[in-house]
Amino acid sequence: MTFLGWPVLRQLAGADRLGRGAAARSRRTDGLTARTETADAVVRSVCPYCAVGCGQRVYVKDGAVTQIEGDPDSPVSRGRLCPKGSASKQLVTNPDRVTTVRYRRPYGTEWEELDLDTAMDMIADRVLATRRETWQDTDSDGRVLNRTLGFAHLGGATLDNEENYLAKKLYTALGAIQVENQARI
Amino acid sequence: MAECHPVGFQWVVEAKKRGATVIHVDPRFTRTSALADLHVPLRAGSDIAFLGALVNHVLTREADFREYVVAYTNAAAILSDEFVDTEDLAGVFSGYDPDTGSYSATSWQYEGASEASAAGSRDQWDEAGVGHEAGRAEAAGSGGAAGAASARPERDETLTHPRCVYQVLKRHFARYTPELVERVCGIDPRTFARIAEAVVANSGRDRTTAFVYSVGWTQHTVGAQYIRTASILQLLLGNIGRPGGGIMALRGHASIQGSTDIPTLFNLLPGYIPMPHAHQHEDLDAFVAADAGRTGYWGHMRAYLVSLLKSWWGDAAREDNDWCFGHLPRLTGDHGTYSTVMGQVDGSVKGYFLVGENPAVGSAHGKLQRLGLANLDWLVVRDFSLIESATFWQNAPEIETGELSTETIGTEVFFLPAASHVEKDGTFTNTQRLLQWHHKAIEPPGDARSDLWFFYHLGRAIRRKLAGSTDPRDRPVLDLVWDYPTEGRYDDPSAEAVLAEINGFGPDGPLSSYTQLRDDGSTRCGCWIYCGCRADGVNQTARRKPGHEQSWVAPEWGWAWPANRRILYNRASADPDGNPWSERKRYVWWDADERRWTGADVPDFEPTKDPAYRPPPDATAEDALAGVDPFIMQTDGKGWLFVPTGLADGPLPTHYEPAESVLRNPLYPTRQSNPVRQRYPRPDNPIHQFGGDVYPYVFTTYRLTEHHTAGGMSRTLPYLAELQPEMFCEVSPALAAERGLTHGGWATVVTPRTAIEARVLVTARIRPLRLGDTTVHQIGLPYHWGSNGIATGDAANDLLGIELDPNVYIQEAKAATCDIRPGRRPRGPELLALVRAYRRRAGIGEDG
Repeated sequence: MTFLGWPVLRQLAGADRLGRGAAARSRRTDGLTARTETADAVVRSVCPYCAVGCGQRVYVKDGAVTQIEGDPDSPVSRGRLCPKGSASKQLVTNPDRVTTVRYRRPYGTEWEELDLDTAMDMIADRVLATRRETWQDTDSDGRVLNRTLGFAHLGGATLDNEENYLAKKLYTALGAIQVENQARI
Repeated sequence: MAECHPVGFQWVVEAKKRGATVIHVDPRFTRTSALADLHVPLRAGSDIAFLGALVNHVLTREADFREYVVAYTNAAAILSDEFVDTEDLAGVFSGYDPDTGSYSATSWQYEGASEASAAGSRDQWDEAGVGHEAGRAEAAGSGGAAGAASARPERDETLTHPRCVYQVLKRHFARYTPELVERVCGIDPRTFARIAEAVVANSGRDRTTAFVYSVGWTQHTVGAQYIRTASILQLLLGNIGRPGGGIMALRGHASIQGSTDIPTLFNLLPGYIPMPHAHQHEDLDAFVAADAGRTGYWGHMRAYLVSLLKSWWGDAAREDNDWCFGHLPRLTGDHGTYSTVMGQVDGSVKGYFLVGENPAVGSAHGKLQRLGLANLDWLVVRDFSLIESATFWQNAPEIETGELSTETIGTEVFFLPAASHVEKDGTFTNTQRLLQWHHKAIEPPGDARSDLWFFYHLGRAIRRKLAGSTDPRDRPVLDLVWDYPTEGRYDDPSAEAVLAEINGFGPDGPLSSYTQLRDDGSTRCGCWIYCGCRADGVNQTARRKPGHEQSWVAPEWGWAWPANRRILYNRASADPDGNPWSERKRYVWWDADERRWTGADVPDFEPTKDPAYRPPPDATAEDALAGVDPFIMQTDGKGWLFVPTGLADGPLPTHYEPAESVLRNPLYPTRQSNPVRQRYPRPDNPIHQFGGDVYPYVFTTYRLTEHHTAGGMSRTLPYLAELQPEMFCEVSPALAAERGLTHGGWATVVTPRTAIEARVLVTARIRPLRLGDTTVHQIGLPYHWGSNGIATGDAANDLLGIELDPNVYIQEAKAATCDIRPGRRPRGPELLALVRAYRRRAGIGEDG
């Protein structure tokens, strides 16, 4: 019986002569379930790499991403993803991803740990101090400037529109004009 | 396209299956070339000569789509007799000032334009150096140039007047012959003829041709003029505003289009409204008068701007305080990212936020980027991993050479981990202006937060610290509307609420169209071109009706700005009377019975404007455009073959050599490069213009399918790192023989900035080009690598110097010169000695 269960015999004797269908199946394969079938939720998303904007389906189980697939409903991508889009699950689950704040003090030789709230408070202090030191009310001809050239921003182009909107709004109110993006590059 | 936008390329393959001819023009042979009917290698930096010759081919044969050209472009407009072409001034246009290296555009105007425009506005325009500042150029590029381009210039519809645009074009491009193309680009005349014939045969009533480009066209000192040359060709052939036509910018990042629309760019406010300049604009009215066209849709700029100011400063923005227009900081010139880096090196810029960006690898002249980072007081980096721009103080190449040392770098560095796209809600705007909402699937891990969280909570902290301040400079911060509802475990601000603010509100609730915006303070809108993305209060960007249940235009998937229009200027898909040019190319047309525009897309036109409408002489805004004027953002409603105002470097494209070239400019031997390119002549930015045999080869940089830009989102992923594990350079077998390079071995590439090493890939995919008697070798360099992550290597961008396009301040990264030699590069101070020895041999002084 064991001998008769050999896939090669099924392949030779059955209809699946190329061994790419039923002949290649075993009880173990029959018992396997795709991660996509056991997900708690399927969330609609968009690939974060190039600007084609391929649709993604994000499969979630127990609060973790288990798979990211192309979305066949998308008229843009029709379910396809390229190597980067196909690898995007690793962007989320990659064990090398850094998930804690790191701090390097001036002239320091090592990273240090820092609490997120403390870091935010320190950054706010740095912004205000630099802004105060470098503020320009007017130029030498008395024309109004209302700005600082003391600090600057360079953003990647994987930021959401909403994120760019808040960034531009906040920087402009602070008088920071050197606000730039990958779009310049 | 198949390399960097693989899934988009499926549509090119579909078109090919239906009989389309695919031509790939690129220095290297790629996956795109493999599927194209014809691959045409050309010398990097020579595209204006190539495209200009296509324009000349069309003009000399009068193969243009004449009815389209006469009705929809400014071909018939007559220019002032003060205009003098580059052909008559040895490579510069009239208005060139050699002392400032800039143009005055006064002589580029239509005949009679000076009487038609307000002198005050024009004077303000001229004071700015006429478009020499990026903000100015972009405002005019959107058709917003006030006073400069008369809405109704004198026209000669026979196109025979010697000073009409058509005839000026003909003379300007007359020397762009197939023979010139061979000498400049290295494309032989037979191949050129094949391309020209294919493009012409595939354009007209029944057929359209599309051009697709990426940063291979933009990253040049003449980048904007590359696109302009393609625009001229496509307008002449009637390929704009029609299905299957257009010039598609394939943008490289998920929301790089969005980053331009809602700009984190120094010169723009949301929706392409320019940032105000200090020396030009006093109050809101003066600003609008100087920057907005009175005719066309920019005629409503005041409504767009007041609505923006209301959404930022809310009830504090009132008519009696000029709607808080004074809260906006003022520009005084170039504040672009490269100027910022010079400011860091020189000590004036002390703080820096890097949010999902890695300039130590991704920006031109990596050494200068890193020296800038090392001279800051503080730096905030937000990313997924410790990218090179976060760890420069530990392992910058300059530490190995002794130029920097960890113990003497005073920069305080904060690394804050970022949330990924599945850990937050929000919209990306794709390369076709399509906004697509992505839903949050899980919470981010540990301290990782969205950038929305970061900016919102940073703003809250700053406002807390400033509370009670009576200093006038703090008013813009304290007056800010900054009260978004929060949700979830980490008090994330609601992205829906932010999108709702971007979309805008009126007295009756959410707005549905930018035509509802008013300049009386009754409407608020954070970005006028995005108005309608939450039409009827519904998040239109989250619509996901399956593509197979819709028409091929798929209008119910996401939402495209403006007004969910999928093809811009689509009024041009119908003839002047409003009928489709042909059944085959039917898209949007005038329904005479219903008296409205209809079709497969949302018409990019007033829905009930009769094609027979002609404006009264005193009309403004859209009322000033006739029923046959499809280009509704332009002051005259026409596609501009000749640009009378708004470009820093001339009203027509002209071939100049790259800032670094192996060739003397064959067109203008005394005018090597773009005379008004943005330069930074300083010792730490040495440039080798041309000549000699020290840097005899051309190199160009590019991306690979398996990596993403500076590597922050790909070199740390095991799958992708395994697919492309190592930095390499592509060279032809002939160059390998000439320089003794071995396939699989090492090579060192040297420029005046530095030297990097790479594995050698000897391949027929790179072909030596024959330019008449000269052979030009090109070297291909992918630019993804740096010292961190799983796949590591030297950074190609370290090789580049900094010279920029004067319109948009983008660096010339796609064409420069170098030497290549076998073996690995020297380590430590010997690397500096090697680079210095090359510079000395080339006669490049320490002053750059």
